[in-house]
Formats: sequence, structure tokens, C-alpha cells
Amino acid sequence: MASYSTSEFRSGLKVMLDGDPCSILENEFVKPGKGQAFNRVRLRNLRSGRVWERTFKSGDTLEGADVVDVEMQYLYNDGEYWHFMQPESFEQYQADAAIVGDAAQWLREQDHCVVTLYNGHPLAVTPPNHVELEIVETDPGIRGDTATGGTKPARLVTGAVVKVPLFLNVGDVVRVDTRTGEYLNRARD
Amino acid sequence: MADTSWQPSAALAALERRAVLLAQLRAFFAARGVLELEVPLLGSAGVTDVHIENLVVAGAPEWYLQSSPEYFLKRFLARHTRAVYCLGKAFRAGERGRLHQPEFTLLEWYRPGWDEDALIAEVAELLVESGAGAGHCTLDYGTRFAAAVGIDPHAAPDAELRARAAAAAGDSGARWRDQPRGICLDLLFSSVVQPRLPPGVVFVTRYPACQAALARLERTPAGVVVARRFEVFVDGVELGNGYWELTDAEEQRRRFAEDVAQRAALGRPRRVPDQRLLAALDAGLPPCAGVALGVDRLLMGLLGAVHIREVLAFAEE
Repeated sequence: MASYSTSEFRSGLKVMLDGDPCSILENEFVKPGKGQAFNRVRLRNLRSGRVWERTFKSGDTLEGADVVDVEMQYLYNDGEYWHFMQPESFEQYQADAAIVGDAAQWLREQDHCVVTLYNGHPLAVTPPNHVELEIVETDPGIRGDTATGGTKPARLVTGAVVKVPLFLNVGDVVRVDTRTGEYLNRARD
Repeated sequence: MADTSWQPSAALAALERRAVLLAQLRAFFAARGVLELEVPLLGSAGVTDVHIENLVVAGAPEWYLQSSPEYFLKRFLARHTRAVYCLGKAFRAGERGRLHQPEFTLLEWYRPGWDEDALIAEVAELLVESGAGAGHCTLDYGTRFAAAVGIDPHAAPDAELRARAAAAAGDSGARWRDQPRGICLDLLFSSVVQPRLPPGVVFVTRYPACQAALARLERTPAGVVVARRFEVFVDGVELGNGYWELTDAEEQRRRFAEDVAQRAALGRPRRVPDQRLLAALDAGLPPCAGVALGVDRLLMGLLGAVHIREVLAFAEE
């Protein structure tokens, strides 16, 4: 992999730091008038998801990380591994719970998602920002109550539990923002 | 959408305030009998400063866009003992960010017969008159550093400074094992001390000897050698740097040689010390104090701007 100097650190650049692949979030140039120039950098450790803050001397370099985001189809879960397939090549990948993480609760078989590959192996799984999923368990709907603003918990077909308006019933399909876990609206079908 | 990149970077109101500020600065010095001097932006010598890179204009010989008017102003002072200022552009390669542009506006002035403490009072007056803030405080570098970092910047062993710098940088230490003292101090000051400075106008004085640059050194009653250098901050942003100027030509030669050696060690481009400046020091630079202020940053403070491009007619393209 190529190496990158601090002046090339841009948001989204993938680099290796302390043996882990990281994605650069922010890069701020700091320099005392007469002194050494520094770059104050925020990076997300792609393995742990944690955000690191590091200050580098300007001109320091980091190795690039072989990290790519690939759109894949989620196939099935065999109890231990989640299986994904790259639709063009039919190449399959498996990932364990540590890698799939919170994405698991939004994944429905055959749906598409983004699998981040590091050196060719899954590192993280990101569901689409918005998913449409069916309610499989919730209190009976209060007919006509579309205005009070009250909510109740509902279990979706993938296992996620979200707060939904009172008028919804089992069998209704809802749109949810996976980044916040919030109900957006009732899907029209 | 139509391309708007041809338009000025700053809003009209900011440019109008800029014009007022430039007039205020000139009026300030006119009222005090300080001579405005225009000096070249292109010089045949650059600077040896380890952490300042000249923009080099190709040709034979090379020319250097000046990183400050300092050497020309000192050559003037060695011939004419007269309070003098320069308000103009300065250039530093590779400096770009929220507070930096490779081309920026610098106000630099010299007061023969003054020391830096007298000059601090005048800088404070100038900031009041330009609207940058009433009242100021003056803090001792060593005291402030010790309070924020927990070690004495003048006396702490190199290993301890490196360990603190690595911790402040979020590093395991590998990148800091061999760093010179000055670089560790720069890191600790800019990331630990500076963010904790009080708001408003703050002068920090008596810098560590290894950060003397072109300031005189002095042994304090406590036996610590400090540089008669100060910096001025407004709301935590570095605005300017001043010295009770070094006038000793031999000491200046020694510091230039040290710079050249350190540049070589760090793999930075070689720069030849400005021989005309040294000749002027040989002829005799009168005792004086001098300071340089970043005018773009001063204006940023006046307008509450977040990025330097908000105060420039046309930021770097």
C-alpha cells in the first residue's frame, strides 16, 4: 500500500495506525508561528468503531489501509456466521457477531447492505440508512389514533424493537432509520 | 448550479471592516511618529528558521518571497535609529488551515531603545484602538506551562518532556523518542497550555532558552536562562510574536549555524544565512524591541470569523 503524508489526510482516507485500519474523520493544521507544524487528526478505528485523536508532526506519514466498501446481498445466518454474497461475482463472505454487530437487527435475507472488507476479509457491516420491515409483535392498534403522538414498542421481523405510533398493527410495514433506530413512517405497499 | 468560485471569499462587510482596520493601524503609527516603510517581498536570501519554509521563486539565482519584513527592517534600523513599521504581505510555504494561508498580511514594527515589556504595553494599546479588546493580562511562560502540564519547561529532563508530548499527542511514544526539546515544547504549548489560556488579550513572556529565535537571553535571579520573547494571544489564538531583539552579531551567527545544522538533521531544505543582515549587525543594530502581528487573524477576532478565508478578498485558490 502507498503511504500518505499529513497534508494528504482527507476525510474518508483509510490508513493503518497501531496495527488497526482507521478512517480519517478530520485533519486540522496547527502551527505556532515560530514552531513546529502539527496536524491534529481525528480517526475512527474501523475495527473497534472508536474515535481516536492523534497529533502528528506535519510531514509524518501513515501506511494506507486496504479497506474497501462493497455492496453485498445478505443471504442467511447459520447460527454462528452471517453469510453475504457479492452479486456480480457470486463470491461469498462470512462474518461473525463481533463483525456484524448492531447491523444484525436490521438485516433481512436477500436485502442489500455494505460490507467493509479489510485485506479481503469482512471488517464491518452497514445496513442501508432506511429499511422497510414488517411488524411481528406489538400491542393491538388503536384505530384512528393518528394524532395523539403516543408510541408503543414493536418488534420487527428482523428482531429489532422500535417505537411506533399507537395505530399500527402486526403485519404493518414500517420505514426505520437504522442510524438512529427511529420509526420514520408507515410504508405504503 | 452556476460556478461561483470566481467570487471573493469574504463578505463585503468583512472587506469593509478590513479597510477600516488597515486605516486604523496606519493612523495609530502616524500619531506616534512611527515611519511606514515598504520593503521588498522578494529577497535574495531566505530564512534559516527551522520551522519556517520560504516560498522559493525559481531562477538563477533563486529568489525568496519573504516570510516577514524583519531582516529588511533591521538593516534599516542599523543605518537609521528610527521607530519603523511595515504593513504588508508575507509568505510561508505549506501553511494552510483554519488560521493559515501561505500568503498573509503581517504588521511588524520596531522601537529603538525599548525592551519587550515596553512594547507589550504598546501592542495592548493598539489592540484596544483597533477594537480587539479592552484590558489584558501578562503571564509567565514557565509558570503557565508548569500549571497546565505539570512540569517545568526550563528544567525538566528531555525524556520527561518527550513522554508528556507523546501522551498529549495520543501517541504510544514511538514517534517522540528522538524529538528535540523545542518540538516537544511546541506540541505541549499548543495542545495543552494554549487551549487553557484565559479569554481576551493575553501576553505570554519569558520563553524557554531553546525557543529564543531572535530574542536576547537573560539569566533570571533564580538562575534560569530565559528568552526575552513574548507572544500575544486573543481568545486563545496566537496573534503575534515579539522580542527584545538580539543585537550581538556573533550570537546571531551561532544561532543561524545551529538552525542550519538542525535543518540538515531534519532533512529540510538548506538555507544560507542572510549575510547582509549579519553585516548590518556587525555595523551595529541599536538596542530595540520588535513585534509582528497577523492582521488577518486580528480581523478574524474582530468579526468572530471561524476560518481565515472569511476575511480575505481572495483566499488561496
